Amino acid sequence: MLVAGVDVGSTQTKAVVMDDTRIVGRALLDTGARLHEAAAAAFREALLAAGAREADVACIVGTGYGRFRVQFGHAQVTEISCHARGAVYLFPRTRSVLDIGGQDTKAIRVSETGQVLDFCMNDKCSAGTGRFLGAASQALEIPLSELGPLALRSKNPVTMTTTCTVFAESEILGWLARGRRIEDVLMGVHVAIASRSLSLLRRVGVEPEVTFTGGVARNVAMVRLLEELTGSPVNVSEESHYCGAIGAALYALDRALVGAQAATVAAEAVDGGRGA
Amino acid sequence: MTTKTPTIGSIRNESRRLLEQWWREMAAADHAGRPTAYVFVMGSLGELLRAFDLPVNCPEITSLQTAVRGASLQYLQAAEDSGYSPDICGYVKADVGLHLKDRQHPNGRIPKPALVIATNMCNTYVKWAEIWEQMYGCPVFVLDLPAWRGTRAGAGADGEALRNDRRYVEAQLRDLIALCEDLTGTAFDIDRLREAMAQVNRMAASYHAVLALNQHRPAPFSAIREGITFQGISNLYRGSPEGTRFFELAREEIQDRIRLGMGTLEEKYRLLLAGTTCYAALKRFAEMFEQWGGVFVHSTYMVFAGGGFAPGFAYDLARPIESLAETLLLSAWRGWSMPMFYAQDWLAETVREWSVDGICFHGVKSCRTTSTGLPDVREWLRTRCDIPGLFIQSDLVDPRLWSDAQLKNRIDAFIESLAGRRATAGR
Repeated sequence: MLVAGVDVGSTQTKAVVMDDTRIVGRALLDTGARLHEAAAAAFREALLAAGAREADVACIVGTGYGRFRVQFGHAQVTEISCHARGAVYLFPRTRSVLDIGGQDTKAIRVSETGQVLDFCMNDKCSAGTGRFLGAASQALEIPLSELGPLALRSKNPVTMTTTCTVFAESEILGWLARGRRIEDVLMGVHVAIASRSLSLLRRVGVEPEVTFTGGVARNVAMVRLLEELTGSPVNVSEESHYCGAIGAALYALDRALVGAQAATVAAEAVDGGRGA
Repeated sequence: MTTKTPTIGSIRNESRRLLEQWWREMAAADHAGRPTAYVFVMGSLGELLRAFDLPVNCPEITSLQTAVRGASLQYLQAAEDSGYSPDICGYVKADVGLHLKDRQHPNGRIPKPALVIATNMCNTYVKWAEIWEQMYGCPVFVLDLPAWRGTRAGAGADGEALRNDRRYVEAQLRDLIALCEDLTGTAFDIDRLREAMAQVNRMAASYHAVLALNQHRPAPFSAIREGITFQGISNLYRGSPEGTRFFELAREEIQDRIRLGMGTLEEKYRLLLAGTTCYAALKRFAEMFEQWGGVFVHSTYMVFAGGGFAPGFAYDLARPIESLAETLLLSAWRGWSMPMFYAQDWLAETVREWSVDGICFHGVKSCRTTSTGLPDVREWLRTRCDIPGLFIQSDLVDPRLWSDAQLKNRIDAFIESLAGRRATAGR
């Protein structure tokens, strides 16, 4: 049975098509201003990758900030629930999830079935989220994908004092003006995000295994820092970026199975009625 | 056989009448230049002021009303334009803006203060009072309540410590009485105080009964929608026969709602609010939960800002001033312990008695006093009592601190987790 999950995040939109519990197609696009179009385009692309047609998909669930703009979806589930479900799908022994996205950082404690037991999110602003790295990337004119490897070369990281993503840019430039090396400044940025994220994780209780999801999970320096700070390995999957969409697709599968079961029961009732 | 007429609609009609009447009294006092006392909801001493016929203004209430009327921003900006920092308590700034705008409130004009009574129950009260002192040169009476006695609510509520503290507060009350006599030219009549305290006793009993009726399933009222009305009347009409009558009526109406099977809309999840709601988005705040069948059956604010009425609250009318001092001290203990540092016991007990499914902890960005301990209490209740809790933040009156998408996301996820929890329990 084909199902799909579409995660319309603040910066990127992800779509996943699954054949029961197997991923058969995925897509990743920048969200932009037109959420509905981004959702539709990502879904189309994932369908194409899966070699399927929309009519073949039994159920679609939207998630992310733009979940209510997935107008072709059958239901909406928050990305908190979807990341929890997706993380347990990717790593079944997951009990804690850290998701660092473009505007949000979420720490989630999950059950063995992927149910959310507790969660905490960044409260005041985007400090400590992926946007903080975006600001560093912009200030230093270094692509996001190169930030992690460069930061790992650091031997003497600076201490970032600001908690404001916007002011972080000027602090970065200030450190550079004082002659500090780019990798040391960058590592300082990573440490600032990692320590704020760990604080969130501690608020829900860090229970192994910890699975790291969201776009920032692709950053090698962040993964290493989190492992150092938690004192244990952190799960990261090639599919981490799609974790919310995977969770949404699994919720879609739940709905589709319940629908199929109800249809069977209804058909049996009708047949039974005829028989009588 | 006679059938009792249902009282449905009494709360709405009577509260509207009383609030309009209060605003008319404020306008009349302003027009006549009649001395008016400014007081705060925690430790208002409304019963004592009533013995001197002093009209009472509660600036916390007028500030939140600017937000409920959708007008708080203009007052906040007026205060910020004159130099008040965005980090300062929203109530203070809305009030300062009100005074800078010639005391013109969306509901009418408030009189100048002739006397301010501030306790140390909130650490902003005294500085707030000093603003009026500077603006109008009015006397500020600061009532010092030595309320912190150990690490638990009620610790030291007996024995020598309480006796000493009571004597200390009683002496302050006698100073305040002398000040009121000077200000009004009226001699203090202890029987009038006794009469007002008797009204408070009756009001407290009904107020308590009203809260307890919400243990019923489904809850007959929303602790944040109607809760705000109850808080307003309990403070503005404290010690008056009208206030007492209102809560008797409210109790009757709520009993009728239960009898007639009326209550809050669809109730799927019974919730408890720790902290205040956001008055700048009061309806929206409630709706975000109600759309999933989430109903607030109680709140900490209804206790610590609703008149300090604890179970069993009763003044001893045989020794009014002593009893007033003692009750102020006990209210201060509760006020300090419950919202800020040691709320867990009361919350856990309320969860059991009101059959609560989850607690919403609402931090107020411009009030660290009521917000600081909330995440710790949430964690304590989760880890020790397995009580689910949601932590969100916005503000009391500042619409600029309301982030709809962020709040909705967290609330939706919390409700999803409650649904999952229920499904698991039902397996």
